Amino acid sequence: MLSQMKESDPILEIDNLFASTDNLPILKGVSLTVYPGEIHAIMGRNGCGKSTLSKIIAGHPSYNTTNGDIKFLGENINSLEPEERSQSGIFLGFQYPIEIPGVSNLEFLRVSTNARRKFLKKEELDTFDFEELVKEKLELVKMDQAFLSRSVNQGFSGGEKKRNEILQMALLEPRIAILDETDSGLDIDALRIVASGIKKISNTQTGIILITHYQRLLDEIEPNYVHVMADGQIIKTGGSDLALELEKKGYEWTDNFVKET
Amino acid sequence: MVNENLVKDVVKEPYKYGFVTDIETEKIAKGLNEDIVRLISQKKDEPKYLLDFRLKAFKKWQKMDEPDWAGLGYKQIDYQDIIYYSAPKQKEKISSLDEVDPKLLETFDKLGIPLTEQKKLTNVAVDAVFDSVSIATTFREELAEHGVIFCSISEAVKNHSDLIERYLGTVVPASDNYFAALNSAVFSDGSFVYIPKGVICPMDLSSYFRINSGDSGQFERTLIIAEESSSVSYLEGCTAPMFDTNTLHAAVVELIALDDASIKYSTVQNWYSGNEQGVGGIFNFVTKRGKCLGKRSKISWSQVETGSAITWKYPSCLLLGEESVGEFYSVALTNNLQQADTGTKMIHIGPKTKSTIVSKGISAGNSTNSYRGLVKMGTKATGSRNYSQCDSMLIGDQASANTFPYIKSQQPNSEIEHEASTCRISEEQLFYLQSRGIEFEEAISMMVSGFCRDVFNQLPMEFAAEADKLLALKLEGSVG
Repeated sequence: MLSQMKESDPILEIDNLFASTDNLPILKGVSLTVYPGEIHAIMGRNGCGKSTLSKIIAGHPSYNTTNGDIKFLGENINSLEPEERSQSGIFLGFQYPIEIPGVSNLEFLRVSTNARRKFLKKEELDTFDFEELVKEKLELVKMDQAFLSRSVNQGFSGGEKKRNEILQMALLEPRIAILDETDSGLDIDALRIVASGIKKISNTQTGIILITHYQRLLDEIEPNYVHVMADGQIIKTGGSDLALELEKKGYEWTDNFVKET
Repeated sequence: MVNENLVKDVVKEPYKYGFVTDIETEKIAKGLNEDIVRLISQKKDEPKYLLDFRLKAFKKWQKMDEPDWAGLGYKQIDYQDIIYYSAPKQKEKISSLDEVDPKLLETFDKLGIPLTEQKKLTNVAVDAVFDSVSIATTFREELAEHGVIFCSISEAVKNHSDLIERYLGTVVPASDNYFAALNSAVFSDGSFVYIPKGVICPMDLSSYFRINSGDSGQFERTLIIAEESSSVSYLEGCTAPMFDTNTLHAAVVELIALDDASIKYSTVQNWYSGNEQGVGGIFNFVTKRGKCLGKRSKISWSQVETGSAITWKYPSCLLLGEESVGEFYSVALTNNLQQADTGTKMIHIGPKTKSTIVSKGISAGNSTNSYRGLVKMGTKATGSRNYSQCDSMLIGDQASANTFPYIKSQQPNSEIEHEASTCRISEEQLFYLQSRGIEFEEAISMMVSGFCRDVFNQLPMEFAAEADKLLALKLEGSVG
């Protein structure tokens, strides 16, 4: 399947997606296509469905897709488990990374990386080889090796948790990365570190979706497209200047679009 | 809410030790009375003091009531419907392993405990107990060179009678509790260890208990004596076939540590736990206690309890010697309809004594898992300290976890610290791990073993790996 794909084929195609949780409709017809090398930003008020969209792409079991398709590299992924999606190259950077007491970060990263490598038919790494690899990647997010011996995200500061997410992205080398409010809770220095990490990891083969409230991340990483979401739909799409306009005029400005549609 | 069906799949447990060895056995008639007690003693050709010990215990047992304070639910045990002595038929006196029935050797092979000279484990000496008798003990000569005695308790009665007479029943008196009294009356075999003064036992010692018959109980008795400045690490493993009836296991373990001696006692208990509907399984009512008699002596219990329909067990330490140390590290995993009531008693009697309790309970399915422990500071325990940590983890929403810490202090100049926590494996944690390519089952197993890390770190190396595997197996789904 991969070999038959042309470079210009989309990585992700979302077509008229409807989804709900506990019978409450959240997404009401979202369509979005991401090609290799593209950076998309999704902006919108709290509760507009941005985070839900990211969780559905990653396969969260609490949400039901009631209509529509998600295709990844040309294949429908509706029936894939979250782990299968990750192994095949979908990455979700969590808004609130989860703490897992007792499980060492190093071991977690190694098992995760090997699951992806196994899928790619690459050799799985033992502890020693993996430590070499991870040291290299730690540089990208300016993290200290001491992070590796701690429990996954436990007692990490907000900034450390986000950097740990980007470290995972660097190790997993996904084809598409959805970064859910990776910029929230970061000070300016941490934001720069995270942004430069994302830029170094992404390449012409990767698609990136940045979910954010603020312009400041987009100052660091310029998107090709900006989408504005409201009430479970993408109500406006534009270039990077749309984000600037939104910053100036606020979300109230977008309320008019909803009325129009 | 965690996806219930998935969790149910994951915690389904295949029990790979459930086979029965087809072997001719010598069994006595069902039931318990004074004649049966005399018969067991006679079969073992015991000296009079031991028969008296048994008869006294039996009389006490008759006057006692089965304890119900743990609130365990089970059908009343019919003590007249149990066979109290069952032994595989073999020659009277076995001089070497060649004379042991090959079926027995094969059984232990299958259990991963090879006994023969060519195949035996190289770093551990093993005493293999099958139903009521000890089959073989490996590395005896090598141990004897260091003065270490490691044999079945029946043999010790014959060859080291002075030690038995002096120490048996001094840590767990016959009248201690209902099940200890029963054991004292009818115990059939078990292990005996004696480490002489100044000797560091050159290898780990291990007993492997196998229940094979469905209608006989197992009542083994273990006695370990560590003389001044000696040390020993002892491991215990247990399995049983799958029967749809309940089998009673009521053991007594006594440890004695003299000045500067240390005993480390580790258990991996994987008796058959019954099926998903709670039919069958071992009733495990065990009394384990160590006496830190000497100054600066140390007794450390570590246990991984995964089996049995019912576990009722409180490995304890009597801290008499000044500056003596007691430790208890426990992981108890229950699933389906299993019930576990386990914990410890740390009785601080001498001054400057120290104890540590770390208990991790994991309950899945419809099981009940309780920690019950006592920390007591006596009037002379000045400057003594205890630290307890009891954590529970729930998998699914039908299981229950309880913590019953009892604290009694008669000594103001002592410290007792208790921490407890309960957590549930959350859907968000599972999703996080899964979204990183880690499969559902492995994700649960990673979290469970992370939860148990503090205890696993206390187990001897080969046991720690075994325990990790055992928990993973208990939590493994029927898929694949």
